[in-house]
Amino acid sequence: MRQQGISRRCLLGFATVAGSSLALAGCSNFDFLGDRDNDVREFLSSANGLTYRMQRLLLGNTWLAPEYTEADIRQAQRPNGTTAVGTEEYTRLANDGFSAYRLTVGGLVERPASFSLAELRNMPSRTQITRHDCVEGWSTIAKWAGVPLSAVLDQVRPRPDSRYVVFHCFDNVQSDGAEVQFYGSIDLVDARHPQTILAYTMNDAPLPVANGAPLRVRVERQLGYKMSKFIKSIELVSSLAEIQGGHGGYWEDQGYDWYAGI
Amino acid sequence: MRQLVYRQSIWTRVTHWTWVLCLIFLLMSGLQIFNARPDLYIGQQSGFGFDNSVLRMSAVETPTGPEGQTELFGHQFDTTGVFGVSGPKSDRQFQGFPSALTVPSYRDLATGRVIHFFFAWLLVGTLLLWLVAGLFNGHIRRDLLPKGRDLRALPNDVLSHLRFRFSHGQRYNPLQKLSYFTVIFALLPLMVLTGLTMSPGMDAAWPWLLEIFGGRQTARSLHFAVACLLVLFFLVHIAMVVAAGPINELRSMITGWFRPAADVEVFSEEEK
Repeated sequence: MRQQGISRRCLLGFATVAGSSLALAGCSNFDFLGDRDNDVREFLSSANGLTYRMQRLLLGNTWLAPEYTEADIRQAQRPNGTTAVGTEEYTRLANDGFSAYRLTVGGLVERPASFSLAELRNMPSRTQITRHDCVEGWSTIAKWAGVPLSAVLDQVRPRPDSRYVVFHCFDNVQSDGAEVQFYGSIDLVDARHPQTILAYTMNDAPLPVANGAPLRVRVERQLGYKMSKFIKSIELVSSLAEIQGGHGGYWEDQGYDWYAGI
Repeated sequence: MRQLVYRQSIWTRVTHWTWVLCLIFLLMSGLQIFNARPDLYIGQQSGFGFDNSVLRMSAVETPTGPEGQTELFGHQFDTTGVFGVSGPKSDRQFQGFPSALTVPSYRDLATGRVIHFFFAWLLVGTLLLWLVAGLFNGHIRRDLLPKGRDLRALPNDVLSHLRFRFSHGQRYNPLQKLSYFTVIFALLPLMVLTGLTMSPGMDAAWPWLLEIFGGRQTARSLHFAVACLLVLFFLVHIAMVVAAGPINELRSMITGWFRPAADVEVFSEEEK
């Protein structure tokens, strides 16, 4: 009798497991969460604000991301996102080794200014061997040198009402079937962080086009999608709502979280 | 028939079902995130110029059509239909885990992350709530903490489980205690910590995370491995609930009231 009971139970067990697997397979029921305007998705994504505030709380403003040694540079830095820019403006600058390039810095600043690459190279520089973490999950280690963004900000003097640094870039990207200019943004804490540099060299060579020539920003305590490449100009703003999709960056307008410290 | 006894406090029941919800969404959004890079590596970085992978899922074109390949610790497996290549023959999907196991069902890393981090916060919040409640109401010490007599009874308990003879007492049996204890005090904390190690922000705040797990990519691999252990626990847990009498077990986890088997002792309130 008892043996029979057990085997019936076992059968029931397998039925339950199979049933729950089938229930799991019905996961297209939650595909509405992919809808960027969905209220539930909006609510779930508010967790990103919590992550942002918690990391700001736990993380001293000048605490450094881990730095590595020359021995850890074991491969070329894997390029990702846009790896070539086809616009006429960019091609003209690139063909000339970016000698005519000028980085303009404006917006909510007291002294808007523009800088040639040579001028940026003559400013204080910082070299760091850091780990690049892609949102896809992979990491690579490379050596970056550039001018600390804080040194550039000191020259243009952000006004007290400025809250974000916005990077406008040379590359055009697809968004909802239309071609838009790539952009990204970080807050002033990350902008002032000692490791936040406008990098012009990578692994001791001029920054290659695939990795964002002539300038890319390094934001070492966030994921790679926050590190805008092909930077054309920098703008200080008090709000991100008026820029393109209003979420603070191209990837953010595609639904990625604005704060990518995780 | 024996009288019902009050077995599960409201804290245990509410947190239990919240965790069910959290773990299902964390698993399925986790597989969505995994699919963005269906490889796992050892160390700080991912080898593109060298090979430090331990798991690799890929789709390969063969003369007989696309084939799903999975490489685990250097051993190659044909996993067509499950890993690498899945879905109906007419509508093949080239991705690590099949879309039936991911949320959303289509490739959407951004949404996978939104879902994952929401439920990660909910899980951590309810774990802390449970911990405080469990320390105050004695649940952890009384029901979960394996004691000397549990360890002494363990070999016999393992043998009776292997013979499919389960005791359905008011209290958890030794193997049950040990597995719940391991899940709550080892596997779930490991999930949280290996998850945080993947955060570049947390690596700056707590650099020791990288030290204890041996690098960001190792932490990512461990995060995946521990998730597999949690899935294993889930399957065994469901099977045990069914074997022990699903109505009685479900009632105790929903209403708190449990009917102990006729042949086991019942503890009075004072003995608790």
